[in-house]
Formats: sequence, C-alpha cells, structure tokens
Amino acid sequence: MHVKLHVWRQAGPTTPGTMETYDAPGISEEMSFLEMLDVVNERLNADGQEPIAFEHDCREGICGSCGMMINGQAHGPQRGTATCQLHMRKFQDGAEIFIEPWRAAAFPVLKDLIVDRSAFDRIVESGGYITAPTGAAPDANLTLIPKEVADAAMDAAACIGCGACVAACPNSAGQLFTAAKINHLNLLPQGQAERYTRVQKMVDTMEEFFGSCTNHGECQEACPKDISIDFIAYMNRDYVKAQLKNRKLLSQD
Amino acid sequence: MALREADRAMATTMERPEIPPINPKRGGTAPWPVTFYRSAVGKKWVMAVTGIMVMGFVFFHAVGNLKVYLGAEDLNHYAEFLQQLLVPILPPTIALWIMRGGLLVAIVFHIHSAYGLTRMNHRANGSGYEQRRHYQAANAASRSMRWTGIVVGLFILFHLADLTFGTLNPDFVRDDVYRNLVASLSRPPVALIYIIANIGLGIHLFHGSWSMFQSLGLNNPRWNSWRKGFAIGFAGLVMVINVSFPIAVLTGVVSATNNPDCVTDGSVIVDCTQYENQEATP
Ligand code: FES
Repeated sequence: MHVKLHVWRQAGPTTPGTMETYDAPGISEEMSFLEMLDVVNERLNADGQEPIAFEHDCREGICGSCGMMINGQAHGPQRGTATCQLHMRKFQDGAEIFIEPWRAAAFPVLKDLIVDRSAFDRIVESGGYITAPTGAAPDANLTLIPKEVADAAMDAAACIGCGACVAACPNSAGQLFTAAKINHLNLLPQGQAERYTRVQKMVDTMEEFFGSCTNHGECQEACPKDISIDFIAYMNRDYVKAQLKNRKLLSQD
Repeated sequence: MALREADRAMATTMERPEIPPINPKRGGTAPWPVTFYRSAVGKKWVMAVTGIMVMGFVFFHAVGNLKVYLGAEDLNHYAEFLQQLLVPILPPTIALWIMRGGLLVAIVFHIHSAYGLTRMNHRANGSGYEQRRHYQAANAASRSMRWTGIVVGLFILFHLADLTFGTLNPDFVRDDVYRNLVASLSRPPVALIYIIANIGLGIHLFHGSWSMFQSLGLNNPRWNSWRKGFAIGFAGLVMVINVSFPIAVLTGVVSATNNPDCVTDGSVIVDCTQYENQEATP
C-alpha cells in the first residue's frame, strides 16, 4: 500500500518544529506501524536525511515507550493496543496519516516524536513503592487475597507508563497513570501500611505537573492496557480519606 | 536528588531540560482544609459536594413550582409556605434566607473551584496538536461544562432580577408570584431566555450528576451502571419540568385570563390573589 505521512519534525528540545510530509509507497499491510516508520527511515537514511526519531523497545506492547498521536488518537485507531501493536491493515491504501508527539506541558518534546516523560518518574518516586525491604518472596497464600482484589490490582499494574492517558486528555491530566500506580499497591494487603501517605504524596506530585480530571473518560479509551477510570475514583476517595484518617488507628479495621 | 542527577547522566545522551512544574510546590504550613482545597482533587470534591447542594435546590425548586399548574392560589400559598418555614422557631423568611445563604456559598465555591481548575488545565495543556484530537468518550456535555456553567450563572442573575427582586420585571408585584411569573413569561424574548438557559442547565446537570460520583470516589461495580441512568433521569426530569413553564405560559396553558384567581384589564394582569376560597371564608 501507499500512504502519505505528515510527521512532526523537531531537531531538539529548544528548536521549533514543523509538520513535514513524506510519501511512503510500497508499504505492506502486514507491517506494524513502527515497521512502516522503519522503512521510511531506511529510505531517509539512504537519501542522507535525518531519520524520524521515535521511541520504541519491546515492540510487543509491554514497555510503554512507543507512544505517539496518530490521526488525533493516542496509539492510533485500534483500541487497547500500543502503537507497536498497530498494523498497517488498519489504514486505507492512499491514507494520509498525521503523526505527532504527545502534547502536554509536562511532556516536552525532546526530538521529533520523542517526549520527556520523566514527570511520571517524579510521581512514582514520591510513593509508588513499598518502603521496607521485606526479604524474599513469602510462601504463596501466606497472605490471603480475594480473587477480585488480586484481579483489580493486576489490572492497575498493567499500566506501562506510555503517557497515552495524558496525551488523550483535553486537560492533560495524569490521573489514570497516577491512579494505576497508586492502586496496584493500595488495593493489596501489602500496600495498606503506606496507603494514605502514598496517595497524598503521589497526587500532590502529579498536580505539580499535570492538569485536573474532568471525567471525560478519554484516558480510558486511549489506554493500550484498557485501564479503567474506576481507579481514578478509588484514588479520589483515598485522597479525601487521607485528610481525615487518624494515622494511629491505621492498623484497625 | 543526587541520585536523580547521576541517573540522568548515565541514562541519557540527549540534552534534557528540567520540566517546569505548572503548580510549583507551596512552602509553609496551612491547615489541612486549606491544603485540601488547594489541590485539584480537593477542588473537584468541593465541586461535587457544592454541586449536590445545588442539585437538591434545583430539584425542589422545579418540583415545587409544578404548583403553577394548580393555579394562582396553590402557587402563591406555596411561596408563602416557604417564607413561613420553621416559623415558630425562627422569624418569618429567616429559614429561607439561611438556605439562600448556603446556596450562595455553595455556588461561589463551585465557580471558584471551576475557575482555578480551568486555569490549571490551560497551563497543563502545552502547545496542542496540529491535527485535532479525535475524541472517543468526551461528549458535548462534558466538553461544554464551562460554557453551560457560564450560561446558567448569568441566567441565575437574570432570574433573580426578574422574579425574586423584580428589578427587570416591569409588572412586578411583591408576593404575587403567579402574576409575576405569567407576566414575565408571556413576553416571548423572556420565555426564550428561560428555555435556552434551562436546556443549558439540563446539559450541565447531565455531566455533573455523573461526574460527581467519580470525583467523590463513589464507584462500585454493583451500581456503576446506574450512574449514567441517574444522570440522564435527573437532568432530563429537571429540564423537562423547567422548560415546561415558559412553554405553558406561551401556549396559554397557564394564563391569567380565564383564571378565577386573577383580575385582568385587557392584557394587563391586575392581581392574582382573588382566591375563590378566600371569598367563601370571610
Ligand atoms: S515498543 Fe514497547 S510498548 Fe510499544
């Protein structure tokens, strides 16, 4: 197939960028979106031009590095997948495809389609862990966890930190990412000890960089891991509780 | 901090400027309600709670005003009942004013939070996309909250001036609610304002009465699917009732002529307090 690309090109973090147009003939429907970009880059290389810089690593939807805005949709038109899992058969022959980096004040463009997502790292650093090292993995079933709880925590833990939630949000809010990172710990018994300090610190750090949630639900649609906005509600509830909770009674109930 | 610098030096080969926070951390200590309100999650909680207060008011206001369909006597006596609320305990109208005060505070907080959050979201948005976002879930109601909110806010001011204080209503007579309402809504431009504003209110309520569940963290798979239904039902009911009043007056379903409680002089309403029952009991 033959597609026409409009790609954001920007040489560096402080240089202004523009949309450039590239003709891409001879693309196979079986190619993934990133393989298509690889082909375009090979040709640019051969012509002595600077290839399009984009982030990628696993190419199987588990590392979260490959995010880009494709035709105004984070990770493109396919639901529940990352850009690397999107295939060219999703596009019509002759399609015009707009490719842009994530846009948010917290995600400055470093080069072309690569943005700096270290604001996410700041959020996780502020509380997305269990502080005390507790040794080797305990015996299975030593701590009983209801199936629903384990499933919900696993759903939250599916977050790969790609940033699609922020990119798709009209408010550039980091709620879905932060809620996932809080809840994969806060839902489990092991996360209870630091539950309220965690939510307080991580939400406060999130709000240093990101906008606020107006419950559009765009993040949930964009998420390559189908993470639900239910987690945002749990985070909101824990944040309010954190204001009121008598920390001395945390081990009760 | 030191670790972060070292990390960065190892892990990157690219110049990477520090990301400027859109809301720099504030120093100093403030009591927790203040820090809570400063946070966006806290502001959304306040918007939800104040929203519920106003929803309660809007609901009873709409349902109470249905008495207009029973005639001038019922409506005017209902208005009097509101003024006499809790009267042996409090002097007349005081209970009403306490509720009005509460509502005013709620609305002020609702608007103040909305303003703060909007500013924050604009700061967070960066430079925007060349190709507009292709929205999947956001609907017209959720995307227009700001504008429907402004429409409703301006309408409240107009509505107070029109029917509560009477400054904008040339036919205003204090305490004759029925007459004031009919006189005002029988002017088509005014009726149109009421219709448009109440459709705006309905749209605002539709997103708000769903969104509040999320903001308050009221989320349970057992009844999550009811939340949208509640929002549609609540917003729809309030909108239908409120829009029915101007339409009823315009179409003559509610009118002062042919109304035994009212005295009219041609098209001018003189008085709507000539209740039938009053004459029976001297
Ligand atoms: S490259 Fe790893 S998620 Fe796409």
